Formats: sequence, C-alpha cells, structure tokens
Amino acid sequence: MTYSIVAEGLVKRFGDTVALSGVDLAVRTGSVFGLLGPNGAGKTTAVRILATLARPDAGHAWVGGHDVVSGAHQVRKLIGLAGQYASVDETLTGLENLLLIGRLTGQSRPAARQRARELLADFRLDDAAGRAVKTYSGGMRRRLDLAASLVSRPRVLYLDEPTTGLDPLSRSEMWDMIRGLTASGVTVLLTTQYLEEADQLAGKIAVVDHGRLIATGTPAELKARTGGRILVVTPAHPASLPTVVSIVGALTRATPTVRDTTVTAPLADSAVLPAVVRHLDDAGIEVGELSLRGSSLDEVFLSLTGHPARDGGPEGGKPAADGDRDGPAGREELKSAYEGSLR
Amino acid sequence: MSAAVGLAARPLRTRVGPVEGIRQTCSLAWRTLVQIKHNPFELIDFTVQPVMFVLLFTFVFGGAIAGSPHQYLTFALPGIIVQNALFTTLNTGVGLSTDLEKGFFDRLRALPIARFSPLAGRIVADVVKQAWSIAMLLAVGAILGFRIGTDPASVLAAFALLLVSTLAVSWAIVLVAILAAKPEKVQVFGFIVLFPVTFTSDAFVRTASMPGWLQAWAKVNPVSLLSDAARGLLVSGPVAGPTLVSLLYALGLTAVFAPLAVRALRRRL
Repeated sequence: MTYSIVAEGLVKRFGDTVALSGVDLAVRTGSVFGLLGPNGAGKTTAVRILATLARPDAGHAWVGGHDVVSGAHQVRKLIGLAGQYASVDETLTGLENLLLIGRLTGQSRPAARQRARELLADFRLDDAAGRAVKTYSGGMRRRLDLAASLVSRPRVLYLDEPTTGLDPLSRSEMWDMIRGLTASGVTVLLTTQYLEEADQLAGKIAVVDHGRLIATGTPAELKARTGGRILVVTPAHPASLPTVVSIVGALTRATPTVRDTTVTAPLADSAVLPAVVRHLDDAGIEVGELSLRGSSLDEVFLSLTGHPARDGGPEGGKPAADGDRDGPAGREELKSAYEGSLR
Repeated sequence: MSAAVGLAARPLRTRVGPVEGIRQTCSLAWRTLVQIKHNPFELIDFTVQPVMFVLLFTFVFGGAIAGSPHQYLTFALPGIIVQNALFTTLNTGVGLSTDLEKGFFDRLRALPIARFSPLAGRIVADVVKQAWSIAMLLAVGAILGFRIGTDPASVLAAFALLLVSTLAVSWAIVLVAILAAKPEKVQVFGFIVLFPVTFTSDAFVRTASMPGWLQAWAKVNPVSLLSDAARGLLVSGPVAGPTLVSLLYALGLTAVFAPLAVRALRRRL
C-alpha cells in the first residue's frame, strides 16, 4: 500500500497564534482524503505546507516521496492546487489563464493550447473561453480554478474549500466534477467546512480543530460517533412546547434543545421516529414541522470536542472567505412523508 | 473527465535551469502585457495620462514659467518624462499587490517554476511599458515642437538611464507592495511619497525661485539629477555629472531595497 501524502508532527505558528500543533496525516495513493473543520482550524495552513507555500516550524511532510521543504521543486511537479486562496488572473480570459499555466509548466505552444481547449470543454467553459475571468460567475470561476490546477496533469491535487461561498446548484456541479476527477485515480486532499461535502467526496475524513486532528475515519464511522441523526420538531402552537419537550426527551432519552419554538434532539435509533409521531398525536399536539436531518458540522464538533464549532480566528493571518456556518447539513425533509399521520 | 487527469511520468529534476527560468519570465511578462487588451483603462494610465500632462504643463504653465509654451517644452519635457517614469513604477507595485491579495501569486509559487520568475516577469513587462511611455512622450513632444538636440546614441542612453533608474525605484515599490496588504495602499504611498519628491525638484521648474532650504534639497533630489541627465542626453547641457550621480542613486536604491523586498517575500513562507 502506498501513500502519496505523509505528514508527521506538523507545527506552524504565526506570531502567538498556533495554526497547527502536531498534525500527522497519511493519504493513500488514489484516494480522496477530507480535512474537515471550521474556519481557523488549520486546514488551509496544512494545505499550504503540503503545497510548498509555507514552511513548517516543526515536523516533516512528504508528497510522492519528496520532502516538501528540501524537495520542494519535485513536489511542485506533482501537485495541483485549487481553492479559495489559489486563484486565476481575473484580467485574463479563461483560455489565456490555462495557456499561461501550460507554458509555465513547460508545454509547447500547441500542446498548451490543446490542453487548454480540452479542459475548457471538460469544465463546460468553452463558451466563456474568450471572456475575461472577471465577467465569470462564482461557479464558473471555481471551475476554471479547478481546470487551472489540472493543466499539468498532477498526481496529487489539493482542493482548498472548493465550494465555500457557492450556491447549492454550483456546489453540486463542483461535486460532480470532483468526483469525475477522483475516478481517474488522482490523489485528492480536500478541505471543507461542510460535513456533507466531506461525506459526498471523501473516502476518509480527518476532523481538525485548533490545529489538531481530533478524529479520523470513514464518513460512516464519524457519523456513527456523532450519534446519528437529529430530530427536529416545531409545534404549531408555542403553548404546547413543554409537552413536546417532555415527549421528545422521554423517547430519545436525550436532553432536547429548544430554540425559539423548535425542539431538537439527537436520535440514535430512527425506529423511535414513528413513536414520536404517535405520542405527539395521542397528546393532541398540532405539529408545524417534523423532520429528521443529518448531523451538522456543529453537532459533529459538539460530540467530538464538547464545544461547538466556533467562528475561528484568522487562519494563516488571512480573513475567512465565508461566514456560512453549518452549511447544507444533509437535511432530509420527512415532513411530507409524515403529514398524513399528523392530521 | 478521463482527459482531465492522467498519470504522466516525467523526469524529476531538482531545480529550474536558467534558460527555462528566462522562458518562464517571458511567459509571465506576456501575461502582464496581454492584460492591457482586456483592461483598456490601463492603457489610459500609461498613454493618455502622460500626454495630457505634457499638454497641460506646456500650454497652461509654459508661458508663465518660461515666457512661451515652446521654450518651456524644451526645458520641461525631459522632466515630465522622468516624472511619468517614476509614477509608472507604481503599476509594478499595484499589480504585484493585487496578485498577492487575490492568491494568484500563490498559484504561481506552487508551480515548478524559477523562484525569481513571477517578480522578474512583472518587472520585465513594466520596463516594456516604460519604454513605450517614454517613446510616446517624445513623439507627442515632437508634434508640439520639441526637438532632440543630441545624437541617437544619447537618446538611447537616456532610455537606458531612465529604465535603470525606474527599475531601482521599482524595488522600493515592490517592498511597499509586499508590506502593504492592499493595492490601494500602494497608490496612497505613491501619492504621499512620489508626488512631493517629484515636485520638489527641477523636473518642471528651475530651482532659482524656490526658498533657500528647498533649493538645497532640490539640488540633491535624485529626481533633479535624473531630470538634468535626461536634459543633457536629449537636449543639451552637462551629461557626465548628473548621469553618474543618477546611476549611483539607482545603485544605492537597488542595494537597499532589492534585498529587503526579496526578504519580505520569503518571509511570507
């Protein structure tokens, strides 16, 4: 079994801020590895070190067997970098951006042009090829960014928050494209704030907090550790809140959280759901909304660390790109399925 | 998507050869120059603006300062060329700062290219723009009646001296660009430093009417010496003295700011 990315005890400080405090990683060749964590957790710093853009204060890392510090040039020949901090030139056209990268990585003029055309077609940017990037939409820009990272056919690809700040449609488009890439055998290190994104794309996830890995495993393993799904109940009349809290509490054997008129509680066993519906009905409570959703990043954090995912400080001295905290947290609306039994 | 990624076996070398480095520098210089195609406003910056300057200075101030616009043009055009060249160096800083802020610089640094090429590419492109602006100003001057009083070799020497000097100033601007987080701050720096330094020289007026303390400064102001040298090389007057001192200033600026700029860039690691 070979590993394309190996890190041992990576430490990085920015002044008094510790961005990474001893991170170990091993990413199997050809796999997709997700680094999941809130802003400021140290994800971007880790990627910057592995992409030879930052030097670790302690520890070592190897990409494709080359040390990221002493063998930086070899590492650069293997990697592609896309995401929030690696950007394209907005004043150039999409085609020119790709041509530039092709020429810089040693391709002949015709080869660079052919490769650029290929990538523009793959990422559905052919129509916009001759337009300046500043006229592109957010989704198009990210696609070009991803295309630019692939010009030299990298064997290891870093995707730093590839969908942060994108609308849900562009996000799922990006996911399809990333899945297409991973099918072709490239090793991918993905950072994300979204549990769902890591779940969708990564075979293995490491949860990062305060510059440390606090949990590693497959998406299924991690979700099992976070207590499965979350039950959400909103009564139609606030007056029935106390009854709802006591029913939900008794059946889930957890302490429900009440925010405004919404009651939430972790649900370890989905078989409890029908019982909840029955009890609410028996008590004559009119339910406004009843749904079951996946754990959000906040809830993963809460269960792994005992504290909620907080809005982090600056990561690597750079401002956070996005304030979207818990993202599209795999909400499975069961409302319609249960509407019949609620009436 | 299978075309997007393939496993390409390539020989791995430890460093970038100098020829490759120069080629990469040229690619990056191309990138800076081709931007003009998409951002015609930049063209205004280094074409229309200096031309406007020549016209305004010549016809508004010329008569009052030197008796007639034509006489003033002969005196002031070399100075205006110097002033314009200095302000054009801000482009290097603003462009670099934008690349740093937007992350494009990081993308370049993560490529297997010569470490010097991103900076060198930008500087080469800006030298090309400088040469264009100078030629432009001389052409407009010629239309308005400016006559070169020396030989072609001197004109070439004037170009060379101006380019060397602006390159030296660029290092200081590059340092500012790296330290200032925002491109706008580079502009502000240009205004509060380059503006007064340029105007307290003999680039536009003779220093005789200035107060004594200002004359003392204007005499040693690098902008004065560069303007004198440009005048000597393009019109008439002493050449050797001001040229030598200008080159010394350029050398001094480069010796101080080039290492500082490179160090500041490395520190971002």
